[in-house]
Amino acid sequence: MNAFLKDIKTFPLGGVHPQEYKLSADIPTEKLALPKMVSIPISQHIGVPAKPVVNARDKVKVGQVIAKNEGFVSTNIHASVSGMVTKIDRVLDSTGYKRDAIIIRVDGDEWLPEIDQTDEIKREISVESDEIVKKIAEAGIVGLGGATFPSHVKLAIPKGKKADCLIINGVECEPYLTSDHRIMLEKTEEVLVGTQILMKALKVEQCWIGIEINKADAIAALKKMCVQYPGIQVQPLKVHYPQGGEKQLIKAVLNREVPAGGLPIDVGVVVQNVGTAFAVYEAIQKNKPLIERVVTVTGKSVLKPSNLWVRIGTPVQELIDFVGGLPEDTGKIISGGPMMGKALNDTEIPVAKGTSGILIIPSEEAHRKPMKVCIRCSQCVGVCPMGLEPYLLMTLTQKELYERLEEDQVLNCIECGSCAYTCPSDRPILDYIRLGKKTVLSIIKERNNKK
Amino acid sequence: MSSQLLTVSPSPHIHQQQQTVSNLMFGVVIALTPAFIVSLVVFGVGAIKVTLAGVFFCMLFEYLISKYLLKKEANLADGSAIITGILLAFNLPANLPIWIIAIGSLVAIGLGKMAFGGLGNNPFNPAMVGRVFLLISFPVPMTSWPVAMESQWRLADGVTGATPMEIFKEGLEAGLPISEIMGQLPSYFTLFLGGQGGCIGEVSGLALFLGFLYMLYKKIITWHIPVSLLATVFALTGLFWMINPAQYADPVFQVITGGLLLGAFYMATDYVTSPMTSKGMLIYGVGIGVFTVVIRLWGSYPEGISFAILIMNGFVPLINKYVKPRRFGEVKPA
Amino acid sequence: MSEVVIYTIISLTGLGLIAAAILYFVATKFKVFEDPRIDQVEEALPLTNCGGCGHPGCRAFAEACVKADDLSDLHCPVGGNDTMQKVASILGMEVEERDKYVAVVRCAGSLEYRQKTSIYEGAPSCAVAASLYGGDTGCSYGCLYLGDCVKSCDFEAMYLDPVTGLPVVIEDKCVACNACVTSCPKDIMELWPQGRKNRKIFVACINEDKGGTAKKACEVACTGCSKCEKECKYDAITIENYLAYIDPEKCKLCRKCVDVCGSHSIHEINFPPRKLKEDAEEAGARGKREKRSAAASTDTAVLEAPPAENVDVVEMAKARRLKSREAKENNENNESE
Repeated sequence: MNAFLKDIKTFPLGGVHPQEYKLSADIPTEKLALPKMVSIPISQHIGVPAKPVVNARDKVKVGQVIAKNEGFVSTNIHASVSGMVTKIDRVLDSTGYKRDAIIIRVDGDEWLPEIDQTDEIKREISVESDEIVKKIAEAGIVGLGGATFPSHVKLAIPKGKKADCLIINGVECEPYLTSDHRIMLEKTEEVLVGTQILMKALKVEQCWIGIEINKADAIAALKKMCVQYPGIQVQPLKVHYPQGGEKQLIKAVLNREVPAGGLPIDVGVVVQNVGTAFAVYEAIQKNKPLIERVVTVTGKSVLKPSNLWVRIGTPVQELIDFVGGLPEDTGKIISGGPMMGKALNDTEIPVAKGTSGILIIPSEEAHRKPMKVCIRCSQCVGVCPMGLEPYLLMTLTQKELYERLEEDQVLNCIECGSCAYTCPSDRPILDYIRLGKKTVLSIIKERNNKK
Repeated sequence: MSSQLLTVSPSPHIHQQQQTVSNLMFGVVIALTPAFIVSLVVFGVGAIKVTLAGVFFCMLFEYLISKYLLKKEANLADGSAIITGILLAFNLPANLPIWIIAIGSLVAIGLGKMAFGGLGNNPFNPAMVGRVFLLISFPVPMTSWPVAMESQWRLADGVTGATPMEIFKEGLEAGLPISEIMGQLPSYFTLFLGGQGGCIGEVSGLALFLGFLYMLYKKIITWHIPVSLLATVFALTGLFWMINPAQYADPVFQVITGGLLLGAFYMATDYVTSPMTSKGMLIYGVGIGVFTVVIRLWGSYPEGISFAILIMNGFVPLINKYVKPRRFGEVKPA
Repeated sequence: MSEVVIYTIISLTGLGLIAAAILYFVATKFKVFEDPRIDQVEEALPLTNCGGCGHPGCRAFAEACVKADDLSDLHCPVGGNDTMQKVASILGMEVEERDKYVAVVRCAGSLEYRQKTSIYEGAPSCAVAASLYGGDTGCSYGCLYLGDCVKSCDFEAMYLDPVTGLPVVIEDKCVACNACVTSCPKDIMELWPQGRKNRKIFVACINEDKGGTAKKACEVACTGCSKCEKECKYDAITIENYLAYIDPEKCKLCRKCVDVCGSHSIHEINFPPRKLKEDAEEAGARGKREKRSAAASTDTAVLEAPPAENVDVVEMAKARRLKSREAKENNENNESE
């Protein structure tokens, strides 16, 4: 046990350590029963929304493409259930706005025949490198850590750049969430095969799997198994938020620093989530597109914290019912982790590809404390993992000084929330920074359009 | 669900529980307790009287000014007025008349803090503003120190004496050789433990140091300002001492006597008036150190830390503007 | 002694002369030619630097005026026609009279008419709330009640009504600088021609949801029922995305549409009060509570049944909530056992 604790790494700049509360870490995944109705949003990823290719009253089977990608930075959406499309309508999703979604009434569970539904592990990789990326794009795979960036875009390395290694992100630095943890434990080999497929697609020889040491069992399991997979190593990491951020993870594992405004590929690295590695395995070896994912349903007041395999499009309410219903004193429901997740205002919101967890927060913890004046204690500057000055960015946003915001590198903010988490005056620092970032982005876009 | 509405707010949805503004402020108060106890032993009732008066008047003026001049809710619970009061009192002699303390508090809170809009907006350390104002306006009572360990239980008109720094400076002006002046002083060890005369708070270096460790442990402050400040003073005075030991005191004496430790640990580290980045803090600490040494060695006042802090306070906005933290992914100039 | 005085006088005079020479040289060498008319035009402007003209401040506007060939694209909304006339006479140009505009609030969904569906607890800014979600009521188009428009107004022409929660424009003070329009993330604020005798009629709703959904979220939402469109003789009303819009250029202020609107989403401003039963309706539209309830019963009759396709989702939601409650109760029972 102590052998692997010797070589623990982490990133040097900033960061916080919120209490972990990994309540569901030891609970095996279960399959959630099929819902009666699913609503599958056509925009579950970063980029252009997919374009529906089915109409109302069409019969669909599990795995069938129901919305086609529109352009390169976009991805396919598949039917996660079999049944009849009732309509394409605007449905409230986790963005908090109503957006187009395909609503399917579930009827049986009929899969496309080419999908291999067995649990048998297929280790042989028979697909060629270019073919892999194409198949990943077809399978609608996106970054399952929460950013939902289409994976095939990440795997297509721009001209002039070269990747020399892959990092698999098993950090799961958000408190409460355990879905990646369970995948690493239960689908250890599949994750490793998926990783090999990704390495083949990228034509790299080396891969690190970064895992925080609060998941000792997952580290042990992967360490034991990965000797059979050449090139793959497990890197234990200190528990340190936001280590799951790509840039922080690369810094921690390889001590390479992605230049400001750059991408991981600029330092020769591609980062993929463990869940994504598993989805890649299923897509390539089993022909199964991304139609379900593990969702952690948890919270201090939840009767039965669980890790569930959920079909995309299932209403959150179904998940809550499974864990024993919504507790009486619920104050907040969060899609994702407590540091970066989105608060939901309705339980009918469907689970999307990026939903890593449903976190239920009792009302006494759901409220923010009233904001007080800034005492300039500089804690926010100390914890910012990007070396920014959050207090300043907040003030500049409030004063609408967007040029100075840009100068002070507001665009580098990764929105991890460490500043607002730490602020002793309970100031909504990140709320404003996010707004400032958005405004500066649109100003830059306008400026570029003019040119 | 139907009975209770869900709360929606942007992330993050959790918040650390350990540090709130009042927690931080009361942490400083706790850190100051050992120094207060020592001063109680050394100066007796006078110390209690002056400290209580300082705290009382600071809170009173904060309340009155915010309620009647700024017309907003007075926020005494954050504890900042208490700290200003304690720190002001710690910089005063234990036999100072109460009316002078009241004036000092009014200047500290009114001019030093509320005139700029209250907590968080003042460019200058309020306690320092108050103290310097008193030092310039009432030089005689401000520099008539009760002799340590002699006048504990008398309320007024005790025997007054000089601080080690004063003894030293006056001795030099009188043309006495260094060794003779040093002979008049207690040993360094006694000085460090609490044998020196002077302001309430600056008696015992050890007690101040304990408080500093506590604040470091509680993560109320970082090491940057005190360490850079003390190191600068030590290095600069050491340099002059090596050049001419007959003219200048040795660096150990310079560091442990006078208000330097109090200033370095508690005054210079004031959140509002110190820089925001660690690099900036180092510059700030070095700046205070340099000014302190300059004033001590060549100025007309024996003590320089208060002035040095106020001078560097003026530079803080400039430091904040030009000294940025190390950005992640900064492209290094090739 | 006197030598010292003389030397001092000579040296200081010399210094002064040298400095003067340098200053003169620099002033002539680096002189920037500036059209003197810019100063004149600037003086004629209101100097509020509000940016309502689209230029960053009055100086920039003055420069633009002097540079321009004609003033047709330039207008100072604060100073209005008088100011532009002055500017035109300085520059020896012609300027057309323009209508005066004022800002109107195109949302009537006050706290009373809209059910809260969640509690917003982020930073007190509409922009922050809007980038987070649709808002704390069922209507994702409506006012967020956080007053970014009020904060943006440099002329103290707006305030938040504590009863309705909605912003109110003080027409006398509004200079149509456009600040509130750009600050509103929901695009509720709109500049409206001042109209004859300051009278205006507009649809105080921008909800583009289907009638049923809109009505469920807000009692005074426009359902796009097109009654007003049929009533209007001047083709001023168009319906698009289940929402009526009155074209102020075509509207003749006849008030017929106000009468037929079942959901009171058409507002009239600065009209003389009506008589008899119409009085009740107008009062209702303005949000006076006591008279509103009488009109409410007619509202439900007007309201169309929600479109059939909506039904299953709504009902499923209900059923699920029931189920959830049952599950919870079961769990509680299990616990007590």
